[in-house]
Amino acid sequence: MSSPKIDVAYVAKLARIALTDEEITRFGSQLGDLLEHVAALEKLDVSAIAATAQVVESRNVDRPDIVGESLKRDVVLSMAPSKQGAFFRVPQIIGES
Amino acid sequence: MSVMEKYEAVIGIECHVELKTESKMFCGCRNVFGAEPNTNVCPVCLALPGALPVPNAAAIEHMIRAGLAVGATIPTFSKFDRKNYFYPDMPKDYQISQFDMPITQGGVIRYWLEDGRIGECRLTRIHLEEDTGKSTHAGSTDGRIAGSTFSLVDYNRAGVPLMECVSEPEIHSAQEAVAFLESFRRTLLALGVSDVKMEEGSLRCDANVSIRPLGATELGTKAEIKNMNSFRSVQRAIESEIARQIEIVESGGRVVQETRGWDEARGVSVSMRSKEQAHDYRYFPDPDLVPLEIGAERVNALRATIPPLPIERFERYTGTYGLNVKQATQLIDNGSLAEFFDACVRVSKNPQSATNFVLGDLSRLANESGIAVSDSGVSPEHVGELIALVESKTINSKIAKDLVERMWKGDGSPKAIVEREGLAQTSDPSAIEGFVLAVIEANPGPVAEYKAGKTNVAGFLVGQIMKASKGKADPALVQSLLKAKLE
Repeated sequence: MSSPKIDVAYVAKLARIALTDEEITRFGSQLGDLLEHVAALEKLDVSAIAATAQVVESRNVDRPDIVGESLKRDVVLSMAPSKQGAFFRVPQIIGES
Repeated sequence: MSVMEKYEAVIGIECHVELKTESKMFCGCRNVFGAEPNTNVCPVCLALPGALPVPNAAAIEHMIRAGLAVGATIPTFSKFDRKNYFYPDMPKDYQISQFDMPITQGGVIRYWLEDGRIGECRLTRIHLEEDTGKSTHAGSTDGRIAGSTFSLVDYNRAGVPLMECVSEPEIHSAQEAVAFLESFRRTLLALGVSDVKMEEGSLRCDANVSIRPLGATELGTKAEIKNMNSFRSVQRAIESEIARQIEIVESGGRVVQETRGWDEARGVSVSMRSKEQAHDYRYFPDPDLVPLEIGAERVNALRATIPPLPIERFERYTGTYGLNVKQATQLIDNGSLAEFFDACVRVSKNPQSATNFVLGDLSRLANESGIAVSDSGVSPEHVGELIALVESKTINSKIAKDLVERMWKGDGSPKAIVEREGLAQTSDPSAIEGFVLAVIEANPGPVAEYKAGKTNVAGFLVGQIMKASKGKADPALVQSLLKAKLE
C-alpha cells in the first residue's frame, strides 16, 4: 500500500513548529510510515463494529454544579512569563490588515 | 421597483450564550460576571499540566432543556471534541467543543415581529463548549486590535459553559434577525439557563449575510459580521451590510467572502482580515472526556420542567385572548407578571378584564412601589373576584379602582370588603334620584350655569352625586337621571 500524502509543511505551520526543508522531508517519510502502519486496519472487516470515540468504557462522568477552590491570583501570575497588574500579558496576535 | 427590492437578503445567525451555573464547565471555579481579574482560575481552566476536566451536570441539563424548548432532537450519544487553534485567551491551545455529535440537533426558533406576524428559522444545531478568556488589546490608542502591541488577558471567563447555536440561512431581514434573537433570548430566560445579557457578553452573536437576486435559489457569497453588541447593533449592522453588498453588485463588483467587524460608533463595518484563510481546527474526540449517553427517561424528566414558552404565550395572548402585540410582549417580557396574568385568566375566564387590571392598575402600583405584582399581597383569586364583581355590575369601575389599591395594601378579598362595607353599586333609581335632587339643591350656581348652556358643569355635578353616594351609584344611571332633572 502506498503511503498517504502528508503536507508536512502545512501541518507544522498549524502546530506553530518551524521545520527546515531537511526536517520536512525526514518527518514526511516517518509520518508516512506511521500512517501506513495504521492503514493496516483497512484490511480488517469492521462492518460489525460500532464507531467509537473513546477506548474507555465508561459514560456520563460528570460532577455536580458546586463551586470549588480557585487559585490565589499572585500564585497564578507568578507562573506567567509576562504579567501586568492583575493580568497576563501576551504578545499581539492578529492585526486587522 | 427600488434597487433594494431587486434583491433578497439571506441571513444565518450564530450565537453564543453563556450558561447560568454556579461553577465553570469543566472545573469548580466560580462562574460569575465582573469578578476581579484572574481570581476565578484553577489548574483545569488554566491548562496546567496534568489537570483533567470533568463536565458540569447542570450545564448538560441546561443544554438538553434548551434543545427541547426549540424542538431539537436530543441524540442518545454525544461527545466532546478538541477544536485546535492558537489564541492566548485560550490557555489549552484548544477549546473543548462538540464537532459532529452535539447534544442537540435541529430544532426551530419561532419569533414574532412588531406587526404580530410569526416567523420561524430552523436551527442546524446547538452545541456545548467552553468560553475563552477575555483579552484587552493594549498599546494602541483606542483599545482595538489594530495598532495594539500586546494584550492583557483575564482567564475568569475561560471555561465558562457556553452554548453555541447555529441557524440555517433562513432569515431575510434585519428585523427578522433581531426578532429571532429576541425570541431565543426570551426562551432561554424562561428556561432560566442563562442571563442572556448582551451588555455583559452572556449573549453574543454573529451574522452571515449574503444577497441574491429576488427569486434566485442559489446562495450568494456571504460576509460574516462580528462585534454586534446590542440588538440595535444587530439591526444596524445587518441593514448596512445588505446595502453594502447591493451597492457592490449594482456597480458591477463581486462580494468577497470575509469577516467584517461592526463599528457601532461609526455605523460601518470594517474588513477584519485581508487574507481569508480557511480554518483548519483539526477536531478530534477529547480523550480526557468520556461520551455522554442521554436516555429517553432523562430527556422526558427534563421535558417535564419546560415552562410555558414565550412564543406559545404570544400566540395564546394575541390569538385566543385578543391582546395586541404590545400588551402581549409587555406581559411576556415580565415573566412573573405573565405567570400572574395566566392565573388571573384561569380564575376569571375574562382575559380582557384581566389584561386591564394586570397591565393597568396593578402594573402602575408595581412601578410606584417597586414591588412586583407577584410579590404584592394581591392574589389571582382576588383579581378573579374583582372581575366577577365588575362583570355582575355589583360594583362600578370607580369602586373597582379603589379596591385594587386596598388589595395592594393587603386588605384581602375584594368580595369580603364589598360585603363588609356595603360597597355594592346602587342601581336603584329612586335611591339615586335622592342623591341627584340633593346635589341639585345644594349647587344652585352650577345648575344655573348648566341651564344657561354651559353643559360641561354636568361632570362636576355627577362627581358630587357619586361622592354623595360614597361612590356606589351606577354612574350611567346618575348621568341619565341628572340630565332628565335638569332639562
